[in-house]
Amino acid sequence: MDLTLWTYEGPPHVGAMRIATSMEGVHYVLHAPQGDTYADLLFTMIERRGKRPPVTYTTFQARDLGGDTAEMVKVSVRDAVERFQPQALLVGESCTAELIQDQPGALASGMGLPIPIVNLELPAYSKKENWGAAETFYQLVRRLLKDQVPPPGTARPARTPGVRPKVNLLGPSALGFRCRDDVTEVCRLLGEIGVQVSVVAPLGASPADLQRIPEADLNICLYPEVAKPVCDWLERQFAMPCAYTVPIGIGATRDFLEEVGAALGVDVTTALRPEVVGASDLWSPQLHGGSTERARSRLPWYSRSVDSTYLTGKRVFVFADGTHALAAARIATAELGFELVGLGTYSRESAKPVRAAARSYGLEALITDDYLAVEQAISEAAPELVLGTQMERHIAKRLSIPCAVISTPIHVQDVPARYGPQMGWEGANVIFDTWVHPLMMGLEEHLIGMFREDFEFVDGHQSHLHTGGSKPVDSSRPMDSQDPPEPAPAAAVSVSTASTDKTRRWSQEGLAELGKIPFFVRGKVRRNTEAFAQTQGIDLITVDTLYEAKAHYGR
Amino acid sequence: MALIQQSDAAPQVPGGGCAQPLTLLRERGQREVFCGLTSIVWLHRRMPDAFFLVVGSRTCAHLVQSAAGVMIFAEPRFGTAILGERDLAGLADANDELDRVVEQLLERRPEIRTLFLVGSCPSEVIKLDLANAAQRLSQRHLPRVRVVSYSGSGIETTFTQGEDNALAALVPLLPHSDAESLLLVGTMADQVEDQLCRLFARLGLSGVRTLPPRRSTDLPPVGPNTRILLCQPYLSATARALQARGAQLVTAPYPLGVNGTTAWIQAAAEAFGLAASAVEPHLEAARQRGRQAVARYRDQLEGKRLFLLPDSQLEIPLARFLHQECGMVLQEVGTPYLDRLLMAAELEQLPATATISEGQHVDRQLERVRAARPDLVVCGLGLANPLEAEGMATKWSIELVFSPIQGYEQAGDLAELFARPLARRQRLHF
Repeated sequence: MDLTLWTYEGPPHVGAMRIATSMEGVHYVLHAPQGDTYADLLFTMIERRGKRPPVTYTTFQARDLGGDTAEMVKVSVRDAVERFQPQALLVGESCTAELIQDQPGALASGMGLPIPIVNLELPAYSKKENWGAAETFYQLVRRLLKDQVPPPGTARPARTPGVRPKVNLLGPSALGFRCRDDVTEVCRLLGEIGVQVSVVAPLGASPADLQRIPEADLNICLYPEVAKPVCDWLERQFAMPCAYTVPIGIGATRDFLEEVGAALGVDVTTALRPEVVGASDLWSPQLHGGSTERARSRLPWYSRSVDSTYLTGKRVFVFADGTHALAAARIATAELGFELVGLGTYSRESAKPVRAAARSYGLEALITDDYLAVEQAISEAAPELVLGTQMERHIAKRLSIPCAVISTPIHVQDVPARYGPQMGWEGANVIFDTWVHPLMMGLEEHLIGMFREDFEFVDGHQSHLHTGGSKPVDSSRPMDSQDPPEPAPAAAVSVSTASTDKTRRWSQEGLAELGKIPFFVRGKVRRNTEAFAQTQGIDLITVDTLYEAKAHYGR
Repeated sequence: MALIQQSDAAPQVPGGGCAQPLTLLRERGQREVFCGLTSIVWLHRRMPDAFFLVVGSRTCAHLVQSAAGVMIFAEPRFGTAILGERDLAGLADANDELDRVVEQLLERRPEIRTLFLVGSCPSEVIKLDLANAAQRLSQRHLPRVRVVSYSGSGIETTFTQGEDNALAALVPLLPHSDAESLLLVGTMADQVEDQLCRLFARLGLSGVRTLPPRRSTDLPPVGPNTRILLCQPYLSATARALQARGAQLVTAPYPLGVNGTTAWIQAAAEAFGLAASAVEPHLEAARQRGRQAVARYRDQLEGKRLFLLPDSQLEIPLARFLHQECGMVLQEVGTPYLDRLLMAAELEQLPATATISEGQHVDRQLERVRAARPDLVVCGLGLANPLEAEGMATKWSIELVFSPIQGYEQAGDLAELFARPLARRQRLHF
């Protein structure tokens, strides 16, 4: 047993769900107890998808365990194929179903269904989400391409001259970190060097699309956590070359273009011209005009400009999945001038490269999925900024350290409506803003800590009701104004500078009741009640006054 | 026996507004519901001195953090002891492992006073005896920490039933008392509880106690002269456990809306021998306020067709309120589980036109939703956005467990929760 306060990854079947939900025409029958449908919310709420994930759960209950749970699997499979008419079916089990061993994959395979069935064996007690996604993607691609595998030793035919080179983007998936916009950005980058994107998978692909994978000249492994086993297999079986540089950050994006150019025999010198956006064309509207314009990143100039000087040597701790941790370490040190004081990952598959990178910064890598170990390491390193996951936000809050999220696990705020890639030139712009923003906030907090008598920058978390200290600023009246406040019209909010006098007109009980109102509406309720009391000629505000006002105003 | 049956021939449920029987649909199939572990999401706030340790798999850990993880916790209030292969293979003694994990946890969080060991599907399937473990750990850590266990597994519990099991686990720990007392059972918002206790005090019933308490160590006494009034409809196990300790159950509808609250308070008053005429004057002002507040939303809700999917067992009382006090038309009222004893006073107020469904076959139920094209669908978050994308207005049901909705002063707020999605659709133009 491991004490787990926060887990960095879900169970492997959630990885399988990510593949199924990323794709079109794939359905997943999951043998699982009632309640495991919570995973639907990851897609409908965190990613705000407008469709149910293509997953049918058997949702067995205790009363079913005495009966024929295997029969439930068959009924669910038959029902799902009939209802959803998928082109391929994934069948697997969740952690509880693994214990009762109904072999759902074997059952489904024996039902004589007219579509490819992929039996997923995902050991829930030893493996995790990303492994589950990678394994599912690999098993699915293997199943769909097995008839196309050429005899061993077959050479790949040379690319026809004059035809635009084609690549596949492998790895982007549902619930990945910013995959939606990364794909757009990478397609734009490739478009600039005259390379066409053939298949993007699993995100948006159908089983038929997967069968077109071997037609491309090169695979691009954008997210190794999901696509590396597939890329390796394609390299072995189809002799397909693969580019493994992940284009997050300025330097990495340049390396990526060089690697793709070399692999495809494409000249990328124009795209790599070392001009950066300078002060002169910073405001050029053509800068990000789409794939035909020469996009460039603003990060280099922003990072050079003098207001960034204070970032120099800021101590930063990085913890993320392998891919994003490596990228962040490079950006933080070489492109923003931070000092790296900690580097780690929860992706055991990336332990080797992360260890090597950490050594190059004179650090010992932290390879763990134990939240408490991460918390301890951060606490000891005492960084000024934490670049991590949703889980590091908890740690950063506890230790009062500024924090930005650079990797999954994420929550709803990291699936933004705006264009927010991490990859390519625009990704670097997003990263600059995101990482520096909490530091600004941190600086403000600093000043609040130094000068506590400020009339405006008061501690926002301290309710003035409990401390009786600070009073809110009335922005409508200049500080030195000698004019008396204008009398408020009936039913208008009371002038807040007068609220200290009004405090005396609340009964103890009424005030205590007000304190029970959630803080974000408390101010409004208070103003409404006071205005109501004024119009009614009530001198002492009681609990009943509060509720009469509530009924009067409706909320 | 076929596991996923066609709906049984509609059995009849006594009740129905016009003394006519209601149609009951029983369904089995895929259920789109939470398991009882989800109860941790609100129980940890109700009792901040308690810690909830799930004994389960990574799935369990993932569920709880997906539900609660959007809030940032400086100090975690829940966690999971994740079973590994060694535990399953019997290579590690489960009890030794659990003891070690609990030591580690209490070292980090010395201010914990009550530790709940929460059973899950994996722990139930491999038959880990958490009740025994809780006893052993209690002996070791008393008086500082009390350890109790309950099951929140999906195979046994649906969503709010987790709270039911948690409270039932506390019942044996309640001190005994022969004194006459009123015990309010079920989690309500602090403010709502205060309002209702004030009303009882005006009626002369002071010293009303609550289960769960606000501090896990402040357990109310129970005995043969204790009368229990349920604030929530999902407390079947807790109610029966309290009855087993001699307490008397006051049957009443639930305090949702003006009518529900009135009947609920009057039932308690009657149990203490107070005449209705003595009670009425104390309720009138608050009742008027409640009516006034609900009336504000009646225009938006009246005549609108409502379809509730099963989630929390709050569906039947909500349907009663929305039909009676807001004029909504009930198409189908789904509940994950129907306890006839606890729901009797509610069922008799439902109109005969409503279909009650118990259990779920989610795809078939969605077919019925699409055929009925209701004006408002009350459903979980796994279905809300997909139904919105199909052009239907939805009200996500989990919010009803996380909002102050009981009592007179909240009647308007409760109506507003259902009017809001409709009002929002009118406002938006793109």
